[in-house]
Amino acid sequence: MAVDNLVEISGVGYSYDRRRTVLTGIDMVIPRGKVVAIMGISGSGKTTLLRLIGGALKPTQGAVRVNGQIMHELDRDALYRMRRHMGMLFQFGALFTDLSVFDNVAFQMREHTDLPAAMINDLVMMKLHAVGLRGAHRLMPAELSGGMARRVALARATALDPMLILYDEPFTGLDPISLGVIRNLVRKLNDALGATSIIITHDVQEALDIVDYVYYLSEGVMVAHGTPAEMRESTDPRVHQFVWGEADGPLAYQYAGRKFSEELELA
Amino acid sequence: MPNHGVIVSVRNLGHHAIDGVLRLGYATRFIALTLMHSGTSFRRLHLIVRELYFTGVQSMIIILVSGLFVGMVLGFQGYQTLNTYGSESALGVLVALSLVRELGPVVSALLFASRAGSAMTAEIGLMKTTEQLSAMEMMAVDPIARVVAPRFWAGVISMPLLAAMFSAMGVYGGYLIGVVLIGVDDGSFWSQMQSAVDLREDIVNGVIKSIVFGFAVTSIALFEGYDALPTAEGVSGATTRTVVTSSLAILGLDFILTAFMFRGV
Repeated sequence: MAVDNLVEISGVGYSYDRRRTVLTGIDMVIPRGKVVAIMGISGSGKTTLLRLIGGALKPTQGAVRVNGQIMHELDRDALYRMRRHMGMLFQFGALFTDLSVFDNVAFQMREHTDLPAAMINDLVMMKLHAVGLRGAHRLMPAELSGGMARRVALARATALDPMLILYDEPFTGLDPISLGVIRNLVRKLNDALGATSIIITHDVQEALDIVDYVYYLSEGVMVAHGTPAEMRESTDPRVHQFVWGEADGPLAYQYAGRKFSEELELA
Repeated sequence: MPNHGVIVSVRNLGHHAIDGVLRLGYATRFIALTLMHSGTSFRRLHLIVRELYFTGVQSMIIILVSGLFVGMVLGFQGYQTLNTYGSESALGVLVALSLVRELGPVVSALLFASRAGSAMTAEIGLMKTTEQLSAMEMMAVDPIARVVAPRFWAGVISMPLLAAMFSAMGVYGGYLIGVVLIGVDDGSFWSQMQSAVDLREDIVNGVIKSIVFGFAVTSIALFEGYDALPTAEGVSGATTRTVVTSSLAILGLDFILTAFMFRGV
């Protein structure tokens, strides 16, 4: 059964314990085939949301549905079956440091399929070719630059042609050229594989160029959503401050504390 | 009203106790899961073989060199004591029994904990810190089955083999000092050793000890790595805890095992 919205998040709340609530009342739909960004400053709860979608955490309220199935109701085997159709790109790649580039990309093929070695070889080379690193297949992760590692991780995340690709801060810490490469790859791979992508990011301009839709989180609450154009023109002061990177606004520049005059004992 | 400081220290004591019990529970569950997933590792033997190389083969140098030195020291010390009673021909027995029963399993386990155990903790801790374990989970591959279980069995298998090498090397060290250097009679050195060392009482008991130590050291090392806080301090703290806890566990277990094995003999 194919549902139109690959991911549906309804009324999701999450708290680590009674005092630390991370997310409240999140509603979101991610239509099939789209690239959607979830944005917000550090600590806004976006990584938690990504972990909820991947089934690594269970929501304290509401439900996350992926392909029509409620993630937190799946048992371990069903969850693992679901994850075979998901790919995730971690913030710094999370490549297996004891395996070569080739073996990293081949990892899931070897773990989950009985494909003959020759076919795995061809598939890995195709995946590496797509990210421009076919020639680097013998290198170890320690020999790669940050941008190359991210591209290998991208090849690995898409190794089994997933229906859903999750990106955790894919643009962080890259030089401008690598950043451009990754940004274009995210869009191209999504369209070529017929997949759906969710990008968690705070790199506004890079993301706004390639995504179809944006959800904006602030302090665990979804405060705005819309197309990139709508976000750029938004008059919501919280969105405006974030999109244009202004130091002061609804989110104060100064961390809450005592009055400055009291701190200096002038009062 | 009771003193505030007293309340705080009682509360801290309670926190520590509860944390300790919780961690013990986690560790037990972790070991149970590791054993449950062992079948998968044995079906893919190349994973265990690879770890056997890293934990076993790479620990051989330190084990062999230490064994030689310990044996040579036993040769000197044993000769001096035995000579007082005119029974230096029993030197072979003394060296062999000390090594096979005690020093072989215990010292090689201590060396194994600091050489291979600490490396296991650091490796798994760093895999956790760099999100490699989470990545594996997201690829629908259980890290306990893929990463932990092969290392566990490699440790349990290599420990008795390393202890045996340690003892063999030690006996040779004792021979070098006793027979070659000091001049104890060659024939009585070996023949007395042969007749006094019992397969069941000495060798098998020594092997049982080293299997138990291998189980303990590897479990502690793997759990500490898996449970490490994903930061630089977290991993370094976990590595230290592995060496300290394993060493205490080895000595404590050795006492208990010895009490059971050699009572009344």
